[in-house]
Amino acid sequence: MEEIITVENLTHTYSAGTPFERSAVEGMSLAVRRGELLGLIGHTGSGKSTLIQHLNGLLKPTGGRVLFHGADIWAEPKKLRDVRFRVGLVFQYPEYQLFEETVYKDVAFGPTNMGLAGGELDRRVRDAARFAGLDEGLLDKSPFALSGGQKRRAAIAGVIAMEPEVLVLDEPSAGLDPRGREELLEHIRAYHRERGNTVVLVSHSMEEIARYADRIVVLAHGKTLMSGTPREVFSHARELTRAGLDVPQATRIAMELQKRGLPVDPAVYTVEELADALLALKRGGAV
Amino acid sequence: MLKDITLGQYFPGTTLAHRLDPRTKLLAVVCYIVAVFNCHSVWGYGAAVLTLIVSARVSKVGAKALLRGLRPVLFIIAFTAVLNLFYTPGEVVWTWWVLKVTRQGAYTALAMVARITLLITGTFLLTYTTSPIRLTDGLESLLAPLKKLRVPVHELAMMMSIALRFIPTLIEETDKIMSAQKARGADFESGGLVRRAKALIPLLVPLFVSAFRRADELATAMECRCYHGGEGRTKLRVLRFAARDYAVLAFYLALAAGIIVWD
Repeated sequence: MEEIITVENLTHTYSAGTPFERSAVEGMSLAVRRGELLGLIGHTGSGKSTLIQHLNGLLKPTGGRVLFHGADIWAEPKKLRDVRFRVGLVFQYPEYQLFEETVYKDVAFGPTNMGLAGGELDRRVRDAARFAGLDEGLLDKSPFALSGGQKRRAAIAGVIAMEPEVLVLDEPSAGLDPRGREELLEHIRAYHRERGNTVVLVSHSMEEIARYADRIVVLAHGKTLMSGTPREVFSHARELTRAGLDVPQATRIAMELQKRGLPVDPAVYTVEELADALLALKRGGAV
Repeated sequence: MLKDITLGQYFPGTTLAHRLDPRTKLLAVVCYIVAVFNCHSVWGYGAAVLTLIVSARVSKVGAKALLRGLRPVLFIIAFTAVLNLFYTPGEVVWTWWVLKVTRQGAYTALAMVARITLLITGTFLLTYTTSPIRLTDGLESLLAPLKKLRVPVHELAMMMSIALRFIPTLIEETDKIMSAQKARGADFESGGLVRRAKALIPLLVPLFVSAFRRADELATAMECRCYHGGEGRTKLRVLRFAARDYAVLAFYLALAAGIIVWD
């Protein structure tokens, strides 16, 4: 598959030349392929947030390159703004960036900056609200009158409205209750399927990534530790544990069952898959 | 870019200067300022410069970090120098068009530059080696006599430490909101004055909202822990003068007295 974003040997050092100097990313390489839902996972401090701010040129690499459609995004700094419209970035806790009088105007901020107006703008705002799971009725309210979960959706809609080729979400479900989490992620998955656009989902929750991602990249200590399909990645349970990450609970149970002599495939990684596997076992009469 | 602000930046360390009582350092800086303002000869300035160099050496603050503190006031320094250079009456040594340079003017300009530079680097040395919390502790204790005059010293010190505590937080927050709005195509760097001012709205509104939210949370947290002002409140770290404090203080007092008497 075609690579839409390529990160080559990326290094980023904060506060270079002061006593507070600190490398967040050191020689990281990875690729985002067109049309996939890529899961980026890593422990706190693995460099996730620093990495994604390089994907749309908010941070300049201290070393290495970031390619978008094969071209270095820093080759022509004047075109960076264009890259930002095409690689939409949703920050952690994006609800704190709402500022307009109405939700509608806030969602329209990005597309308006792109120079859109009139019917096209209206269509985009309404489409984005629908994709983010935001009721049409809320569009005329003040963003500060919404609940926490609604604010989060409004902020995500604000990025989706730019109709970016790549949508990058940094911990979109952080701080939501379990149901809010699942609803939000289902909306993101539906957006991905309907639009066929590339989505990069950043998370530290293995369960979440396992359930939603087509492909996973694991980050540790500012480097890429491994990448592959969920099945491939979770078969390296020991390396993951060493990087301070967990395998999904379903995988752990399957591994334990296998250790005790049951013929369960340890590469299952969602609760549903595990349940199916166990039911099949029971029907087969192994238990 | 916002991270470049060094105003009141503290460099953690364990040198003699870091371990001194904050009151000592505050008083020493006052003495130093008095001394610098009473310098008249090369000898006086020499002593002041030497003291600064030794103090910087002891606190292990590099020359680069010290001089960086001068950057924001560079314009003021240049301005005073030019004013003094051309507008001091006296013996004319050089003329060009309407500009006259006098011998006295040249001396005053040089002296003013030296004074402001020493003053600012000296004060920066204090903030580089003293954490904001200790600094306000020291100030509160030094100003304690004013409580008799009903000056709310404790409240002022508390406000100051809260303000200092939240400067880095707000800077970080500003950075974050700026990045988030830039990701939606906000442009903070181009356009005329009106456009730039308008471009700040997406930054300022969320910033104020979050500042108020933080203030509210902090007030609640303080009330939950029964904060009710300074009365009867004890300190975790009680300030005590040690032998080194008396020694340093004696040195700076001697410097100030020496310069006033002989220079």
